[in-house]
Amino acid sequence: MSGVGAEWIRKLAAEVAEQRSALVELDTAIGDGDHGTNLDRGMRKAVQQLDGMSDSDLGAQFKTVGMALVSSVGGAAGPLYGTLFLELGKAAAGHEELDAAGWADALEAGVRGVQARGKAEPGDKTMLDALAPAAEALRAAAEAGDSPADALRSAADAADEGMRATIPLQARKGRASYLGERSVGHQDPGATSSHLLLRTLADTVAAV
Amino acid sequence: MKKLINDPDAVTREALEGMAAAHPDRLRVSYEPAFVVRADAPQQGKVAIVSGGGSGHEPMHGGFVGPGMLDAACPGEVFTSPTPDQMLEATKAVDGGAGVLHIVKNYTGDVLNFEMAADLAQGEGIEVAAVVTNDDVAVEDSTYTAGRRGVGVTVLAEKLCGAAAADGRPLAEVAELCRRVNDQGRSMGMALTPCVTPGSGKPSFTLADDEMEIGIGIHGEPGRRTEKLAPAAAVTEMLAGAILDDGPFADGDRVLAFVNGMGATPLIELYIVYRELHRILEARGIAVARNLVGNYITALDMAGCSITLLKLDDELERLWDAPVDTPALRWSA
Repeated sequence: MSGVGAEWIRKLAAEVAEQRSALVELDTAIGDGDHGTNLDRGMRKAVQQLDGMSDSDLGAQFKTVGMALVSSVGGAAGPLYGTLFLELGKAAAGHEELDAAGWADALEAGVRGVQARGKAEPGDKTMLDALAPAAEALRAAAEAGDSPADALRSAADAADEGMRATIPLQARKGRASYLGERSVGHQDPGATSSHLLLRTLADTVAAV
Repeated sequence: MKKLINDPDAVTREALEGMAAAHPDRLRVSYEPAFVVRADAPQQGKVAIVSGGGSGHEPMHGGFVGPGMLDAACPGEVFTSPTPDQMLEATKAVDGGAGVLHIVKNYTGDVLNFEMAADLAQGEGIEVAAVVTNDDVAVEDSTYTAGRRGVGVTVLAEKLCGAAAADGRPLAEVAELCRRVNDQGRSMGMALTPCVTPGSGKPSFTLADDEMEIGIGIHGEPGRRTEKLAPAAAVTEMLAGAILDDGPFADGDRVLAFVNGMGATPLIELYIVYRELHRILEARGIAVARNLVGNYITALDMAGCSITLLKLDDELERLWDAPVDTPALRWSA
């Protein structure tokens, strides 16, 4: 496998593996403690399937990742991250690399897909709280003429901020919502993994 | 963590292999992707019923596969929804031309994965109806949550819909029956101890020796509140009271009373809960026309119980009494 897409996925898989117990711990506090384990299993499968591919088209790569996640992660994260990558794939089809506006288009498509599948709104204490501000920051940076690396760095920073902002929120979607007020004071595990996704993308594009 | 396992990563696979070895006359097990299916599937002309969910709730759902109940069950990893490819293959394996009902517990992951699977199956020309169960009264405010969880009523719906499908009723009617059962049923659960997933090796929440958790689900998630431990009579009053306040139960009604163990509570304690429940219902003029007592929808090694009440009528009583032949639920006419 080669190209920026494959590099990103490899970096993301390594990061998820490293953060596996941290994600499990966050999920144990307000969910059922399987987020790190499930995502790690899915990312390992995604890398394995990318390894068997020679296509460096971003659309094909992201579609492969999406299908790998849908069929191996389970839980809510499987269809949600699967949908995110399938939508990234549709938006990036025919390209081996993207400019800042291209990344903004792709991420916006992905966020719309996640929102349609999960029916969550920003502020519900979900992965969307990291993804939505990241897509907005990315679009603003692209319009300001930033380089892809700089624009994606802004997106990752916005995701970081969005992730931290989930701590005081009361969950309204997903299993954490069953806790009511007891979900307050904990960082959302989905927003945390979404931040990892954007940070590794920014790191990958910056290193190219 | 003390468990009778070989390898934490092989728990679901090895348990499926055990089921296949124990019930070769009734079940076939597929591993890639994982599902349990009736040995004699597909049944031509019969509506097929598929359910599924995370593992760790045994005997639900795999133990309910067989004549008179489920045609197939899709087990996910422990406490993790199965994936759409499993549900699609299971749906294809059981479709006998009359359509397939998906019975889905209302948990975000289960709902999303079953939705994707239904899209895929319909794309392959199979008629699919899906009914989501959401009977857990512990979740009070559904506008600000993912909605009420699907728990004990799911077991009853699988039995009743299985009987209706065996009678040759069409898909729309079996789905409507499933919605009616869900509407007429309510549940609530409590835990004396948390459970330990093989993956994490740690308790899912903490409780002191003199505490209990009220309003738990079936995935080791903490409940609505922690209380001081109380006698069985008071605990039963608490659970039954919440159910009766919420549900469509009135003086003169007949119900099915289901006392379910969460996995680590002995039957002797469940019968004490049943004794209290029976007393509470009689005092309210509600007749217990049918009952089920035992471990049917569990949360690994959690100690505790749940209570489910289902309002009955002649049709539901007849469907409940119809023969069923599965590893975990079995009686003849």
